[in-house]
Amino acid sequence: MKKLLAVAAVVALLAGCASTPKEEAKAAVEDRTPAAAVPTQPGVTTVTPVGPKAGQLPNVLKDPNNILSKRSLYYDYDKYDVKDEYKPLLQAHARYLAQNRNAKMLIQGNCDERGSREYNIALGQKRADGVKKMLLLLGAQESQVESVSLGEEKPRCTETTEVCYSQNRRSDMLYGGEY
Amino acid sequence: MRYFLASIGLLLALLCANAQAQLSIDITGGGANQIPIGVLRFAGEEALPQSISDIVEADLQRSGRFRMLFAGNVDPLPAEVAQVNFGDWKNRNADALVIGSVVRLADGRFEARFRLLDVPKQTQIGGVAFTLSAQQVRATAHRIADVVYEKLTGERGVFSTRIAYVVKQGGRYELQIADADGVGAQTALASREPIISPAWSPDGTRLAYVSFENKKPVVYVHSLVSGQRQAVANFKGSNSAPAWSTDGKQLAVVLSKDGGSQMYLIGADGSNPRRITNSGSIDTEPFFAPDGQSIYFTSDRGGSPQIYRMSAGGGEAARVTFDGSYNVSPRVSSDGKTLIYIARDGGSFQLKSLDLASKQAQVLTEGQHDESPSFAPNGKMILYATQINNRGSLAAVSSDGRVKQRLSVQAADVREPAWGPFFNN
Repeated sequence: MKKLLAVAAVVALLAGCASTPKEEAKAAVEDRTPAAAVPTQPGVTTVTPVGPKAGQLPNVLKDPNNILSKRSLYYDYDKYDVKDEYKPLLQAHARYLAQNRNAKMLIQGNCDERGSREYNIALGQKRADGVKKMLLLLGAQESQVESVSLGEEKPRCTETTEVCYSQNRRSDMLYGGEY
Repeated sequence: MRYFLASIGLLLALLCANAQAQLSIDITGGGANQIPIGVLRFAGEEALPQSISDIVEADLQRSGRFRMLFAGNVDPLPAEVAQVNFGDWKNRNADALVIGSVVRLADGRFEARFRLLDVPKQTQIGGVAFTLSAQQVRATAHRIADVVYEKLTGERGVFSTRIAYVVKQGGRYELQIADADGVGAQTALASREPIISPAWSPDGTRLAYVSFENKKPVVYVHSLVSGQRQAVANFKGSNSAPAWSTDGKQLAVVLSKDGGSQMYLIGADGSNPRRITNSGSIDTEPFFAPDGQSIYFTSDRGGSPQIYRMSAGGGEAARVTFDGSYNVSPRVSSDGKTLIYIARDGGSFQLKSLDLASKQAQVLTEGQHDESPSFAPNGKMILYATQINNRGSLAAVSSDGRVKQRLSVQAADVREPAWGPFFNN
């Protein structure tokens, strides 16, 4: 930083005295390196996301004939209220959580791609919070459930059509072992 | 083991810098009142690995503030004022001329001198000599362009600054940093999960950003000097939207740990979180005004997302935007006079500017999905993300809307740009 200030000072000084190029050249030929100002890049940091811990998921959560295997709720554009059609689904999951106090759930709220990424994080959070609130009312415990948002960052469908958008406006319920 | 990993990282970085197509920039509009200028080849510059005068010329041209005059076929090349044929340049309507020379020094480095000349007055109005290594040609050229720009426009140049952005290719996300002209891209972080909202610390040595590597948004601060990173907001729920305080000691972040998306101040090391909004609505996208006294942010407390301003310590908020039903992503120019934000108009999301004194608003872009704007530190250009052919791309527009540029990387999705600060702040 000091070096940089020195360079800047030299620049300012030299720019000021216009008519004496010789002096200027002399004064400027100091041991100054223009790139010294730029912090060095130490190289790439690679992140390896932690995968789900070995899946020991109870069969009731995986059985396609059991309502507990259904984990997604869908929303209208710019809306975050849980539609009536999902009440039986949330009742079933809340009952499961109440009966299995060691079970943990992560609710991920999602949005379609339209609009600000950060605002969509907040909107997805509102969706996930709505699901969590209802699960707690129906018997799950605060310590069992975490609601988070993925905003528009993890779309299930990537075309710019309403069909696709409607699949991305979604909350997903994941049980411990799945995230 | 650590050294081994570090060398692999370094190797990867080198490979990346070589293998990746860099950002290429197309200028799609021109400014008014461009200054006619000639940039001559520097005498002896063929001793350098690349032409220094070409980079100076490209910098000045990209700013949209200059009309570049053909400067070839000058022989011999002048290195001193006395050698310049001013009559010739007067006939070509040049206002300014850049000349220079390069000599190899005994220690293997080089000395590059340049002079900026006022053609009508036939005088020198600026000039500097730099000592540089063969690897510093671009950095030196940017410095020269900065001096020329400042002398002729009265405003500070941003050619020596850097930009950060996220490249998505397949399932891989990279946080990259490049010179303001898109060249020299290096990867600071690579991940298989999304990275968003990079924000430069005021001294340009750190980036705060949001990473989804833990299946949810977590705010990190990443040192560009050491490569070390630290999770500074990793509470229950979501952690996002980092914004640096003007002194670089604090971050405003958005946390959902107490229910809803609310704004908090935390130390830059993650210490001492303090809640600053209490709305029961969405409060997000904080941005510190340049005086550090107030924070602009997005809130839906009035029924639709609009921009508000409040004291940096919390308290009452005043609504700033009124037109339209979706105004988000506020940023303020370094002089505090202009607010830019993204506005939805019908189905399109476009960049708008608002003169905070006169309340005059102007639409600056015509895209469908423009987002994530950031000011150049001199406030003259705005970098933002757009979509071209359904793929993410970066673009820049001058704050008066006249000069437009597109920055693209072949075969990759580029998004989330952030223009870095001046380095010697």
